[in-house]
Amino acid sequence: MRAYERTGVLSPTDLVLPTKQQLEKGVAILECVQEIPCNPCVDACPVHAISMKDINAPPVNDYEKCTGCAKCVGVCPGLAIFVVKQQGTKALITLPYEFLPVPSPGDVVQALDRVGAARQQATVKKVVKRGKTMVITVEVDAAVAMDIRNIRV
Amino acid sequence: MRIQSHPILDFQQRKKLAFSFNAQPLVGEQGDTIASALHAAGITTLTHSVRYDSPRGFFCGIGKCSSCLMRVNGIPNVRTCIAPLHEGIRVETQGTYAGLPDAEFQTHSKTTIRVDVLVVGAGPAGLCAAVEAASQGATVLLVDENPSVGGQLIKQTHKFFGSKKERAGTRGIHIATELEGELRGLEQQGHVRVMTEATVIGCYERRAEHHRFGVVQREQYTSYLYDVQCRAAIIACGAMENMVLFPGNDLPGVYGAGAVQTLMNVYGVKPGNRVLMVGAGNVGLIVSYQLLQAGIAVDRVVEAAPIIGGYHVHAAKLRRCGVPIHTSHSIKEVLGDDKVQGAVVVALDEHWRPKPGSEERITCDTICLAVGLTPSTRLLAQIGAHQSFIPEAGGTVAVHDQHMQTSIKGVYVAGDASGIEEASTAMIEGKIAGLAAAVSLGRTKNQKLLSQYHRDLEQLRAGPFGEKPRIAKTKITQLAEVPHARV
Ligand SMILES: Cc1cc2nc3c(=O)[nH]c(=O)nc-3n(C[C@H](O)[C@H](O)[C@H](O)COP(=O)(O)OP(=O)(O)OC[C@H]3O[C@@H](n4cnc5c(N)ncnc54)[C@H](O)[C@@H]3O)c2cc1C
Ligand code: SF4
Ligand code: SF4
Repeated sequence: MRAYERTGVLSPTDLVLPTKQQLEKGVAILECVQEIPCNPCVDACPVHAISMKDINAPPVNDYEKCTGCAKCVGVCPGLAIFVVKQQGTKALITLPYEFLPVPSPGDVVQALDRVGAARQQATVKKVVKRGKTMVITVEVDAAVAMDIRNIRV
Repeated sequence: MRIQSHPILDFQQRKKLAFSFNAQPLVGEQGDTIASALHAAGITTLTHSVRYDSPRGFFCGIGKCSSCLMRVNGIPNVRTCIAPLHEGIRVETQGTYAGLPDAEFQTHSKTTIRVDVLVVGAGPAGLCAAVEAASQGATVLLVDENPSVGGQLIKQTHKFFGSKKERAGTRGIHIATELEGELRGLEQQGHVRVMTEATVIGCYERRAEHHRFGVVQREQYTSYLYDVQCRAAIIACGAMENMVLFPGNDLPGVYGAGAVQTLMNVYGVKPGNRVLMVGAGNVGLIVSYQLLQAGIAVDRVVEAAPIIGGYHVHAAKLRRCGVPIHTSHSIKEVLGDDKVQGAVVVALDEHWRPKPGSEERITCDTICLAVGLTPSTRLLAQIGAHQSFIPEAGGTVAVHDQHMQTSIKGVYVAGDASGIEEASTAMIEGKIAGLAAAVSLGRTKNQKLLSQYHRDLEQLRAGPFGEKPRIAKTKITQLAEVPHARV
């Protein structure tokens, strides 16, 4: 049994992590590790970076191809895709958000990790509406880039 | 308690409707059911146990559990969870015995409807069955006992999985609208007739290619009887939410998770302010997340099994909102005398027995049970379709072949009623049943499309989460191959 099957929380060892260069470019981390019948992320990617053996296989992102455009973030029904882009000591996290109130660029919000604990304050950089899912980019410290996965406004 | 703002749904201001409850004046809204209007006014006790006189509220919210029966305008036993609210009605709680009505009712003679195919239930399975059969040239009557079509889809605000063909990435509510659009198009062309607030109550006659069903349609709490004569019938009645045994499980405030989802996402009414969710399958996880979206706190999710049964992605989005999931834990009892005031949860050992001393009291006003579903098969049983207990299908189901035909020629089954699964597979099963019925009636010969649908189904069931339905359907179709005369 994997720990996440009991807890619902992934650890970085469950994921294929990008290299430093790839992180600096900005890439989509697909936190979707089980074999579930789903594939909209594959169709959403304009550069065909995401692939899948068959519809039940977990998606794989080719970090070399991925441009970090975040198109897939607002499409994924599992709300499981996050774009991480490192910029020196800071990092930009782009995440899906389906709560009210919706923040505006410039707002300071709480940055939450995978168990919903507030780890630090984050500045909202960008808000894009994808249907009713908001795709929000926040700036946090690079040290917590692989931990921050939600915000509280 | 109405939901004021919601990230996914727009609850617009609607016309106010005045009504009375036990002589007390109340105001509901256009689009409410009687039960949702009462909930919005804070009234959750709808009936009392006949034997113990203890208070009860509704459990299922979709017209299946009978714990919402009330007297309306003098008519007893109205299922208030699916009966629309109308201006000026008189709603009363019933005593131990409902009493004979002093209101006028059943004074109308029956009306006959003749069609090729009767489809029972307008969930994803029934909608797809009706659209498919009608597109292939059959005349279709689609009947659903709820006020709107869509079945469970109308409360599913989340985006669906699957592939593009099954409309993955689209929210359940929008899939319902899209399917209804196709249906209404065919209705306008005269290929389909749709009856809502109408229950198929039984089969009254059966000969080759000739089935007669009784349908009761309600209008302003008065019932009208229809004699539906069809050449084929597709039963897509869906499923019922399961109950678990623990002291206090019948108190108002203990609901099926789907019932709470209906109340908040269809009617815009909050069930309470703090919820304990029992069960970490997809339903438990999804409804917990939707409770948060409606502005309702979720204390925790308890799951008796050692692992989370639902998809990890659903669990992850709940966890990152700070909701704990306790596996190997269950509910021991409910606290409160006439409504839920809390609960005791307990850890379970590896044999699923409560660990003494591990009890924890929590404060909540609502308990949601998301512990599985049981196929609704009473109509199929009444018709005399051969049934079998298949644990992987969620209970007793009608044995059916690959084309969804039961042991009775011309009677098909589809969706959750044929084994608990998902909306995506329910839609394909509905298409198969609709197409197979049209083929058998000589309306089309499209075998190629039929094999395509079978391939789509196979693909969706290929992964580890498809194992249970895969086993269930193999068992069911193998049973159907056992030679027994088709009657
Ligand atoms: C909370 C919840 C979350 C879910 N999430 C997902 C998901 O994310 N993805 C997914 O694929 N699936 C999901 N599902 C499962 C999916 O909703 C069901 O599998 C699907 O709705 C089954 O479709 P159906 O048409 O068989 O039944 P239903 O949708 O239940 O429809 C049955 C209809 O039949 C009507 N009916 C019953 N008896 C009669 C009668 N005698 N006369 C007239 N009408 C009758 C009922 O009123 C009802 O409208 C979820 C289910 C629940 C409860
Ligand atoms: S971020 Fe853009 S390029 Fe990268 S996987 Fe997603 S859609 Fe494709
Ligand atoms: S769309 Fe999301 S949930 Fe579906 S396979 Fe891709 S990453 Fe997983």
